[in-house]
Amino acid sequence: MEYFVQQVINGLQIGFVYALVALGYTLVYGIVRLINFAHGDVFMVGAFIGLYAIERHHLPISAVFLAAVGGCALLAMAMERVAYRPLREAPRIASLITAIGMSLFLEYFTALHQVFGPDYYSFPRPFAVTTWEVRGITLTNIQAIIFVVTLLCLGLLQFVVYRTRTGRAMRAVSYDYVTAGLMGVNVNLVISLTFALGGALAGVGGVLYGIAYPQVNTFMGVMPGLKAFTAAVLGGIGSIPGAVLGALIMGQSETLTAAYLSSTYRDGIAFLILIAVLVWKPTGILGTARTEKV
Amino acid sequence: MKRTSALAAVAAFLWGLGASAQAREIRIGLITPLTGDVKTFGESVKNAFEMAVDEANKAGGVAGMKIAYVVVDDRNDPTEASNAANLLINRHRVKAIIGSVTSKATIPVSDLAQSFRIPAVTPTATNPKVTVADGKRKDYMFRACFIDPFQGRVMAKFARESLKTGSAAVLYDASNDYSKGIAEFFRDAFKSLGGEVAAFESYGKDDVDFSALLTKVKASNADVLFLPDYYNKVGLIAKQAREKGIKAKFIGPDGWDSPDLAKIAGEAVEGGYFSNHYSHEDTRPEVVTWVKKYKAKFGQTPDALGTLAYDATNLLFAAIRKANSDDPRKIREALASIKGFQGVTGKATMDKNGDMIKSAVIIRIEGGRQKFIKVVTP
Repeated sequence: MEYFVQQVINGLQIGFVYALVALGYTLVYGIVRLINFAHGDVFMVGAFIGLYAIERHHLPISAVFLAAVGGCALLAMAMERVAYRPLREAPRIASLITAIGMSLFLEYFTALHQVFGPDYYSFPRPFAVTTWEVRGITLTNIQAIIFVVTLLCLGLLQFVVYRTRTGRAMRAVSYDYVTAGLMGVNVNLVISLTFALGGALAGVGGVLYGIAYPQVNTFMGVMPGLKAFTAAVLGGIGSIPGAVLGALIMGQSETLTAAYLSSTYRDGIAFLILIAVLVWKPTGILGTARTEKV
Repeated sequence: MKRTSALAAVAAFLWGLGASAQAREIRIGLITPLTGDVKTFGESVKNAFEMAVDEANKAGGVAGMKIAYVVVDDRNDPTEASNAANLLINRHRVKAIIGSVTSKATIPVSDLAQSFRIPAVTPTATNPKVTVADGKRKDYMFRACFIDPFQGRVMAKFARESLKTGSAAVLYDASNDYSKGIAEFFRDAFKSLGGEVAAFESYGKDDVDFSALLTKVKASNADVLFLPDYYNKVGLIAKQAREKGIKAKFIGPDGWDSPDLAKIAGEAVEGGYFSNHYSHEDTRPEVVTWVKKYKAKFGQTPDALGTLAYDATNLLFAAIRKANSDDPRKIREALASIKGFQGVTGKATMDKNGDMIKSAVIIRIEGGRQKFIKVVTP
């Protein structure tokens, strides 16, 4: 029983980390209908900003998060301006391929010696790790921080999208950006803000990831990006609670497979669940069907 | 790439020197990971390789030929390693190759060396598949180090007899030939010595979260956790394992040999043991001289990887001398005819597969430094 509870906690940790990244995917997809494959790499940049903030500038932890959030938001906005905006009227496949290109560009450009460099760097822990043990079950302060921060981000996002004017504008753009523009919504600004919000989430995620798994390199965003994207699809891409739900399911299936079957089957089972869900409900668990405007 | 082209320029310069002196020259290549997850391996190997080449050239060359060389980075990636071998063989027309460093990068290099008939010596790749595939010897491939069945046995025996442990857990990277190979050799040896393998679990190359596996290891109550992987991964796992409250001793193979291990894992690897090819604390005169001259030039203690690279390069030079030719075929024959070789890492005997039979040492990590414990002979 303790073993089971411990494994569920382990699964929650991975699940919440995936959730932070998945929120960014789902937000951008929900508003702009673009799968931003470079999102995982923005997450990587966030981790590196965190690394430099801690190691070179010795900033306090709140400032580290702020720097990563700001840097990643700017990066995501710049990316949208340079790579995606010119293609907004082009066929969907063009922006998809561009997103893949952006992703590879970020990975290999930052791997240059003049940028971040091609090596593995260890990420300094800004605070000591404390482990609490209750009846044989361990919980660390890092896990607690990950749970709290992810839930805060989820709440904040729900609030922004459903309770603010900007959020209403976002939803309007998501339904039909041409009409929204005719109604006086500044479409370019709203889309820029959407990317900034997604980037900010990736920044938070990158720093948390660096703290939890203290090693960074420029390809570190690839696997979490892929898993988070899968989680977003599983939960219903475009749905904010869906992304978190999908990520938690992914986290649990990965850990419990490793715990009770074999770690070799881990990814296999996670993707089996994805396929099963998509066969049963093609829009994902919490996704809603929408007529495609092509 | 910048570094590679700079090195190519250096090589071209050396080549120019050779030509102006009207001497014959022989061009060789080095494949080594200068960037990526095992870059300290690559840097040591390159330093030591260049040292061996410089010494040979200062002594008037090998068999009357100046040594010119080209260094290519493989980033510890099998695809890059095979590109590197292609580049060296087909564009730079090297007559022999030193490299690569890890088993997963060397296996593709060995296949290319075999098909283009260019002799290659890996200083440090320990997996059996480097020289033998499907029971067939790749006769252009040689190595300067022992192989993993021996290394796995050494650590299993050490864990059973010296550490007096009854049960072991093993975590390995299923996508890495080196890690998987040695994990299996360790498991089999540990069982045959009467020990119990309480957990035998794998992870993927990009994994960073090992909590599920470590919880399993903790529940198994193993006395010792064997971590056959390179230092970056070992550091991450060790750190997470201690945070999970795992008290088992950590042991591992030669992939731990990097000053970065203690930097990444800190306290977590204190008191851990690993098998290696040599110790810089060895008092044999060859070792003392080597450590002194390496330190004078590079300002740090040579690790086993660099030392093996020095031996491998000298082994190749011995073969060129014996062949007295720059013909790759004759160099291969000469390499195959070498029965014993006395290098800095000790006396080695080459078996029919081009693998070295030699002793291993066991190192303990104390205060972030490597402390020599004992020698294990085959």
